[in-house]
Amino acid sequence: MPLRRYHLLAALPTIGLLAGIPFANRLEPYVLGLPFLLFWIVAWVLATSAIMWLIWGLDRARAGASKS
Amino acid sequence: MSAALGVLAAFFVVAIGLGILARQGRDMNLEQWSVGGRGFGSLFVFLLMAGEIYTTFTFLGGSGWAYGKGAPAFYILCYGAIAYSFSYFLLPVIWRYAQPRRLVSQADYFIAKYDSPALGVIVAVVGVAALVPYLVLQLRGLGIIVSEASYGSIAPATAMWTGTAALIFYVVISGVRGSAWTAALKDVMILGVVIVIGVYLPMHYYGGYHAMFDAIARAKPGFLTLPRAGMSPSWLISTVLLTACGFYMWPQYFASVYTARNENVFRKNAVMLPLYQLVILFVFFCGFAALLVVPGLTGTDADLSLLRMSKLAFAPWSVGVIGAAGLLTALVPGSMILISAATILAQNVYRPLTRGASDRSVVVVARALVPVVALLALLLALRGGQAIVALLLMGYNIVTQLFPALMLSLAARPLVSRAAAISGIVAGEITVASITLAGTSVASLFPSAPQMIKDLNVGLVALIVNTVVLAVVALITGRPASELAPTRAAAAVYALPPRDQVSAHEL
Repeated sequence: MPLRRYHLLAALPTIGLLAGIPFANRLEPYVLGLPFLLFWIVAWVLATSAIMWLIWGLDRARAGASKS
Repeated sequence: MSAALGVLAAFFVVAIGLGILARQGRDMNLEQWSVGGRGFGSLFVFLLMAGEIYTTFTFLGGSGWAYGKGAPAFYILCYGAIAYSFSYFLLPVIWRYAQPRRLVSQADYFIAKYDSPALGVIVAVVGVAALVPYLVLQLRGLGIIVSEASYGSIAPATAMWTGTAALIFYVVISGVRGSAWTAALKDVMILGVVIVIGVYLPMHYYGGYHAMFDAIARAKPGFLTLPRAGMSPSWLISTVLLTACGFYMWPQYFASVYTARNENVFRKNAVMLPLYQLVILFVFFCGFAALLVVPGLTGTDADLSLLRMSKLAFAPWSVGVIGAAGLLTALVPGSMILISAATILAQNVYRPLTRGASDRSVVVVARALVPVVALLALLLALRGGQAIVALLLMGYNIVTQLFPALMLSLAARPLVSRAAAISGIVAGEITVASITLAGTSVASLFPSAPQMIKDLNVGLVALIVNTVVLAVVALITGRPASELAPTRAAAAVYALPPRDQVSAHEL
């Protein structure tokens, strides 16, 4: 499968999660009962799944289109 | 107390039974034993790969770090997500290369890609050197879990002996199928146990998560954020990047790529595994809840926080269930490590030494090596000592040195020569060894650097040395002229199909 431009989305978790750490390194505000730093990390883990799901969907759509 | 013991024993027997049944009357050639005949679908590959998330290190260490160190523990939640996002692209490429060539070990990949049996021996030695301490850690964890959950009626040493015997037994019989079947039981157990106690305990003792974190923040200011120096943001970022690079370099997870039936398995898993990893969050909740409930555990005793608090909060039979879940987190990765180490030693050390032994004798040797490796690890585990944590950290740094040579080999024609790959890995490993033995840190190397630099994970130094040496040798030797399929030497020694027998469609 050739690399496509939207595959760059997969770099988002690494960049967002890690580059944000120095700024997210705080206790407040609490979100969903979690200290902000922990919430930041959990949110990005969830986003990773969502992003990979999107990429997979786009890849499957392309594979399907090229076959028909 | 006896209720806990009964539950533990019952799960132990079920796990061994499943491990043995997993063989399903198959004839165990090397391909069946090491990589399950390359027939696993998404679920089994998922379970094998999730093995990395829930080892005893996560179960005891995840809660132990939350309890003892606070926010720095969060790194455990970060590196998996990053490794999975890259696995979407990385693993299908490895699988497509390995599948038609019938590779069974991580070293096989390097031999075939760089057409270099010498590199294969180096990768094999590196792999086993990293696997043994990892196995020692699993056995130690098993001893702690069983002795705690049995309320001290089973000594850690007895638990370790019994656990090792069980491992040897079902690994020799069923190979990686045994790992996959017991992994299914393990994941159901751990999911149930961790979520129930991670939800129940904070509610029961504090009335909710917010209240719990509030109480901790008041009792220990700064505990829930990263400190300015030491385990600071730059420590976390560098550690996560390093660990994410090393994630799939562990021989047992690299080889679990070979077990897949097709490459879409990895794409589906790249979506599912980050979500699944959130279970670690509940492990953290257990550690945090224990902080004010069973205070005063220091040093390595912090690892006991989850079990100590469970004994306080639950009836003995449920402590038995929790202990059984913990027991399985040692058995499953333990069995994968054993299979990997035995396969590497038989396939990549014994086979070349005997100049092309038959497949049948290689699998016999591999299975015969299982008790040897297991007993060696058991002896090391029984000897005790603090050094083992240092060894595990070294293990991660050891396998991470394979990362540059792997990434540069992914193109059909490797980007660098075999001399460059070998020099980089050797230079990296020497650096890891000297850093570990001398207890070097970035701060001790560069005492006048800014704090941000000083806090970087020292493993980065070895990876940089590795990459620089690799780049210099690569510039001198140039890019290999043609694709390095297992042509002459490698094919003859390893019985890999030579290039012209590999059909072209998958390249």
